[in-house]
Amino acid sequence: MTAPDPKRAFWAGWWACTPFVFAAVPFGLLFGVVARDAGLDLLQTMAMSVVVIAGAAQFTALALLVDQAPVFLALAAGLAVNLRMAMYSAALQPHLGHAPVWQRMVMAYLMVDQAYAVAGQHFEVTPAMHPADKVAYYFGAVLLVCPLWVAATFTGAVVGNAIPPALSLEFAAPICFIALFSPMLRTLPHIVAAGVAVVGAILFSGLPVGVGLICAAFVAMLAGAETERRLTRGRS
Amino acid sequence: MIDPVTFWTTTVALGLGTFLIRFSFLGFLGRRTLPDWALRHLKYVGVAVLPALVTPMVLGPALQAGALDPMQVDPVRLISALVALGLGWRYSVIWAIGGGMGTLWLLQALI
Repeated sequence: MTAPDPKRAFWAGWWACTPFVFAAVPFGLLFGVVARDAGLDLLQTMAMSVVVIAGAAQFTALALLVDQAPVFLALAAGLAVNLRMAMYSAALQPHLGHAPVWQRMVMAYLMVDQAYAVAGQHFEVTPAMHPADKVAYYFGAVLLVCPLWVAATFTGAVVGNAIPPALSLEFAAPICFIALFSPMLRTLPHIVAAGVAVVGAILFSGLPVGVGLICAAFVAMLAGAETERRLTRGRS
Repeated sequence: MIDPVTFWTTTVALGLGTFLIRFSFLGFLGRRTLPDWALRHLKYVGVAVLPALVTPMVLGPALQAGALDPMQVDPVRLISALVALGLGWRYSVIWAIGGGMGTLWLLQALI
């Protein structure tokens, strides 16, 4: 294990996350615009982005509230969309679980998709990294994207409809998620898992919002791990 | 108009619930280590969750109640998504984002 160099690790995480600026900013702008169109005031719009920091869940809950759905339904749907983060939490735990509890609370608050995809992936490929450097790397990654998410929401809420619809900002979300997982498709088990996830998402699309996502992801995870197990068994 | 009480209840509860989901394993397991079989499964979290999240966003109205209607698929979105996937796989994140959005705008202008 090399000597710790948290400052360097922080900036490495920060730089690794910079490409996501181009996806998080449009998505945040869009949330600001949509929230104001839905009748939220500036404070409410900002509160949602600061308290929740999870684009997909914010859009889901807001859409249901606009349709006059009861609180528990909007809440259940939003939480279901965010259940994937329990899997991120479990995947990051072996690398970051050693940190003091207050740091883990801050990490949890800021645990966005990019945090898992960038930091979790980096830890996976560089296992020799010092534990202190892993913490610094994580904070570098999230401290770029999270403040930008909030700033973009604010800009969207204020500038509002001056943003031309032809830019199709709503498509920045799927493009961002594709950019997150496509570099991970390095081995056959990873490709199998991704393929199963797509098929599962189609088959389970009839289930309530979020539930189908969790089912598809769960089956895909099993498929990836099982493929890996069979491949290693065949080799030995 | 969304009733303020409804809005604030939902937002605060969603924030709290989301925090607990994010804190779960990282917070309560601490230094304890997960068994090998669990770690082997967790390696595939990203490639399991993200494609499942993206699929309905790309297919949109073509996907309804567990059935896919190929005639309803928006070719512009599908092609842009595939371009982003290829570029991200072959090159890097920035290529995926730039190429995906670029393809979307180009095709929208053409079609």
